[in-house]
Order: sequence, then structure tokens, then C-alpha cells
Amino acid sequence: MKLSGGWSDPAFRAIVTQAAVLAFVAVVVAFLAVNLIGNLEERSIRTGFGFLWQAASFEIGQSFLPYDARATFGTALLVGLLNTLVVAVLGIVLSTIAGGVVGIASLSRNRLVAPLATAYVELVRNVPLLLQLYLWYAILTQLLPAASEAPQLLPGIYLAKSGLHFLILESGGGIVLAGLVLGILASFAYGRWSRRRADLTGANALLWPRLVLLVALPAAALVLVAATTDFNVPRPTRFGFSGGGMVTPELTALLVGLSLYNAAFIAEILRAGILSVGKAQSEAAASLSLSRAQTLRLVIVPQAMKLVVPPLANQYLNLAKNTSLAIAIGYPDLMSIGNTIINQTGQAIEVIAILMGVYLTMSLSISALMNWYNARVALVGVR
Amino acid sequence: MTAAMAKLRHRLFGSVGNTLLTVFMLYAFVSLLPPLVRWAAIDATWGAATPEICRANGGACWAFIHEKYRLILFGRYPYAEQWRPLLALALAVLLVLATASLRFGLRTVLAGWAVGVAAIIVLMRGGVPGLSFVPTDLWGGLPLTLMLALGGMAGSFPIAIALALGRRSRLPIVKSISVAFIEMVRGVPLVSVLFMASFMIPLFLPGKVQVDALVRALVAITLFSSAYLAEAIRGGLQAVPAGQSEGAAALGLTYWQTSLLIVVPQALRHAIPAMANLFIGLFKDTSLVGIVGLTDLLLAAKQALGDPQWRQFSLEGYAFVALIYVAFCFFISRYSRSLEHRLRREHH
Repeated sequence: MKLSGGWSDPAFRAIVTQAAVLAFVAVVVAFLAVNLIGNLEERSIRTGFGFLWQAASFEIGQSFLPYDARATFGTALLVGLLNTLVVAVLGIVLSTIAGGVVGIASLSRNRLVAPLATAYVELVRNVPLLLQLYLWYAILTQLLPAASEAPQLLPGIYLAKSGLHFLILESGGGIVLAGLVLGILASFAYGRWSRRRADLTGANALLWPRLVLLVALPAAALVLVAATTDFNVPRPTRFGFSGGGMVTPELTALLVGLSLYNAAFIAEILRAGILSVGKAQSEAAASLSLSRAQTLRLVIVPQAMKLVVPPLANQYLNLAKNTSLAIAIGYPDLMSIGNTIINQTGQAIEVIAILMGVYLTMSLSISALMNWYNARVALVGVR
Repeated sequence: MTAAMAKLRHRLFGSVGNTLLTVFMLYAFVSLLPPLVRWAAIDATWGAATPEICRANGGACWAFIHEKYRLILFGRYPYAEQWRPLLALALAVLLVLATASLRFGLRTVLAGWAVGVAAIIVLMRGGVPGLSFVPTDLWGGLPLTLMLALGGMAGSFPIAIALALGRRSRLPIVKSISVAFIEMVRGVPLVSVLFMASFMIPLFLPGKVQVDALVRALVAITLFSSAYLAEAIRGGLQAVPAGQSEGAAALGLTYWQTSLLIVVPQALRHAIPAMANLFIGLFKDTSLVGIVGLTDLLLAAKQALGDPQWRQFSLEGYAFVALIYVAFCFFISRYSRSLEHRLRREHH
């Protein structure tokens, strides 16, 4: 490339502009770096990631890993990451279910149900999530009765100030888990087989056998285990519950708040997706004498999915990022443990870099997963 | 009339499932609504009252709001001086309404905001004859929330336009810097950006420079929302037909003239719905500054509930604050819809 005309040559201009931008960014970065080095020396803050292997000496309220105060900061961060992932995954599942119910309700022909769903969506979407979390936390920790007067929701399940208490199996949890995994795999395998058969022979790919497999196998495992071992039932005493399993009010408030908040957005996404499918589609389906349920499942939903998946992916991303509000109600997620570590070690830069790296990885993974799923559902119409 | 009745009957009792649903809903209304009305109105305690009276009445304790509304609305701002944030609030609302009415030209609006913002800062901060000095860590409540939302939105506009243009630029370095910034910010939660600003801005600036906590939060919110706003504006840019910039080029306009005078104004018009949604989101998200210790509307309410005497009336306190948020969000979404209609009418 020949640079002839000076400033009037676009190629020359492009190079000069980019060099200027690059120089500007470099100057800003250098300025910040010089200040940073000076400040770190002046305040004698240590640098590097060595602190990850030092003893953390603080307690964590809830942990899915073996953790005590002698564990390292690194372990503490892992515990926090796991706590965040638990909330993100459960929150995505619960908010999808709740959002599905509200979304369908808002499209209902029933004149009582639809306005109620719309009112729910409008109210919940316009109130800050943090406020809703505070509200749920206040309800769960202040307005609920103490252990001795706690209501029994279902046999062996209590909701009290101290948390949600439920009965657990003495042993055999592994068998139930195996049943669940087997159910998911069997349902998936049947789905593939029936779809292939549908492609080959035109026989209808049925949904109900998949649901039956999904529910029946874990249920069978549960019945089998329950018949042979005892339940550990929580018993209310004057000083709280003894026995059984429990979910802390922090986790309950976080899950309920996140799920109900995101459900409102998901309901809107689903509603818009279903409404986007033209009326002629359902009329054509009706004239082929498909039932309403068949029309929905075979005609409307596959077409709506194309419009639904990208914003839904965005909503899941938001939910995953919003788990960081856990810090406000004292659930030990990644962000709140990171905050504790910063306060103990003073190594803000390293910890924040780790936190941001982890959240970025999480976001990118969800996006990649949803892109993969989107590519699959987008092909349905073309095939 | 009878046709309407028949339609309604069909809508409520058209099929067995529908009838069951209707009956269930009616049952739910009948069993839930009366206790709710009893709690919120009939058994409620209005006006000035002590917590003991509230507890005796058993219903909602609106007396809590009566007792604490100044703390909730203005935070820890000195009690005797709270006419100042109130006046600042009124001034800000007036400026917003005047801008939103679209009766004034761009220059007038910008001049109005420059004068208005200066007046608001002087009013809030004081330190001039007649107004005592109030440090920013005593600012709080609704004025702080509005300041963060409006300041964040206004500050992020120029950055967002630059990023959106940068992302569509043909210059690879400019494009990759813009993409990297936008995607990185969008991939992390606002809480982490707030933490970064509050912990790291002091480390990144020369030792003597002290940055106010309010400014640090404002910087974080501005950077955060500029990434999202950039994507909204990029969507608008994509909706502007290529003929527009080609026409501008044919007239001999430069890149910046084309972008800022021809393309961006049209792109912003297309992006109004997306921007309104972002602004609603931003307005709600300002509540997160409470996590880094700024007493915004929500944290002020939480602090008011920290009073052991009134602690049990959190439902009432949060309902009051939620109502304020809902009112503002409702105004924003209504306004954006009317603006959209109006611009569409003018366009055709």
C-alpha cells in the first residue's frame, strides 16, 4: 500500500487514527500502573497470589465442600464459587418453571388469570431485585414463627425463622441420585429414538413417555430406599430443630427472590415468542384437526423457540450475574467471600481480578451453551 | 350487552378446565383478599402512633412511614437542613420534565442542565454563605438515587456513542478495544464493578488525590451502563439505512460530521425503546450502591428499619419504597412509549 496523499488519503488517516488511539490507551494504562505501583509500595501492600495458600481463619455459614477456619483462602473462594453455582443453577431452573407458568397464564383465555399474570409481571419488573431480596429475607427471618410454633407445610417439612427444615433419608441418597440420573438419560434416549422413528415412519413422537420415564425412575428408587431405610425427620424443640436437613433462610430468600424476579422477565419473553407466531399457523393446525395441545407443542412452540432462546439466554446471564446480590443478605457466595478476603488481606487487585475472571468465564460459558442450543432449535424449521 | 355477557361467560366458563380455573381463582380471591384488605386498611394504624399501638391494632403499621419518612427520603442529611435536598429534588424533577416536554431546543436544555446541576450541587453541598457545609457521606435517600441514575445515564451517553461507533468502525484496533470493553463489562455483575471502583480507584490515582465515595460509585455506574447503552445504540445504528451515510459522504461530509449529524441522531431515535428499558434497569440498579455503603433510598429504608422498636414493620417500609420505584419506572416507560409515538408521527 502506497501512502501518497497525506491526510486526504484514507489509509494514511486510518493508521494515524489508530496509532493515536493506541497511544492514548497506552498513556492511560501507564499512568494508572505507575500510580498503582507507587501506592502499593507506600501502603506496603503485598502483591501476588501467594495469599491463596494461607489459612483463611474465618467461618462460612454454608459449604458444600469440607471447610473449616483452618482451610486456605483458595479453598474459601472455591466454596464461594460452588455456593454461587448452586444458586445460579437452581435459580435458572426455578425461574424457568415459574416464568413458564406465568407466561402461559398471561396468554390464558380465562378473564381472571390473564390480568393477574400481567399485574404480577408489571409489579415485579419495576421493583429493584435488591429490595425484593431484603423483603423475602425479612419475611423469612422476622415474620415467620419460631421453631416450636412452626407450621408443617407437608409431613416432615417445616418453615421457620431458622430456615426450611425437611426430612432426609438416613442412607441410600446415592441410589435416589442414580435413579434421577438414569431417569434423565432414559428420557433423553427415548426422545432421540422416537424422533428418529418419527423421521423414518411418520409415527408421532410422543412426549408423555419421556415425562413418565423422567419421573418414574427416580420415584421408584425413592420408594425402594424409603421402604428399606428410615427417614431422619426434623423435630421442633424449644431451641430450634433437631435432625433432618435444612436450607438456610439466606439461601431460601435468595432463591425465592431471584426466581420470582426473573420469572417475570421470562414470562414476558415466552409471551412475546408465542404471540409472534402468526394466527394463520394455529388456524392451519386446527384445520388439520390437531388438538389445542398438539398445536401448541408441534406448531407454535417450535417456531416460538427461535425468538425465545436469544433473550432467554440473556436473562439466564442476568440471573447468574445477579447471584452476586447474595452479599446483601449474607449468603456466602463468591462475591461476599471475596469481599471478606479483601478485608482480611488487603489484596484487592488480585481478588477482584479473580472474581471478575470467574464471572466472565461463567457468562461466556452460559452464552456458549445457549448459542449451541439456539443453533439446534433454529434448525428445526429448516430440516 | 348480552353479546358481551356471552363472551365473558365463554371466557370464564368456556370449558371444564376453564371453569375449574375460574372457580379456583374466585376461591383464592375470596380467601386472600379480605385478610389483605383487613391488614392494609381496616386494622392498619395511620398517622402518628407508637409501635405499641400498631401491635395492638394488629394490621399494617403505616405509622412507621409517618415516623420515618424523612429518614427514608433524605437519609442522614441534617434534619433541619432537609429543605435543601427537597428543593434539589424538585429542581431535578423540573429539569427532567422540562427536557421531556421537548418544548426547548438542545442548547437551551444543555444550558438549563448546566445551571441546574450546579445549583443542585451548591444546594446539597453548601459551604457558601447562608448554607452550611454538608459532606457527601451524609447525602442520601431519594435525591442520591436520582443523582446516581441521572448522572450515570448522562455520563454514559458520550462513552456509549463512542463505543458503539468504535464497534462498527473499520479500524481493527479501535474495533477490538471497543468490543473488549463492552463484552468484559457485560460479562461481570454491577456489584463487582462497584467493588472495583471503591477498592481500586484510590490505588490507581496519585497518592494525594482523594476520590469521594459518591463519585466512585458514579464512575462505576457510568462505566457499567455505557457498555449496555453502547449495545442499544449499536442496534439503532444498524437500523439506519446505508443510503444515509452514503448521501452524507456524497455531500462531502467528514466521518465525524456524518456520524454525529446524520447517523447517530437517527440511530438514537430507533433505540428509544431499548434505552428506556436500560434506564429503568439503571434506576433500579442504583439500589446496589447500598452494598458499598452509600445510603440510597433502599439502604435508608433498611436503616430506618434498623430501629429495634420498629424492626418488625419491614413489610410496610419496603412496600413504601417499592411504591416509589414503581412510580418512577412507570413514568419512564409511559414517557418512552409516548415519545416513540410522537417521533413516528413526525417522521411520516
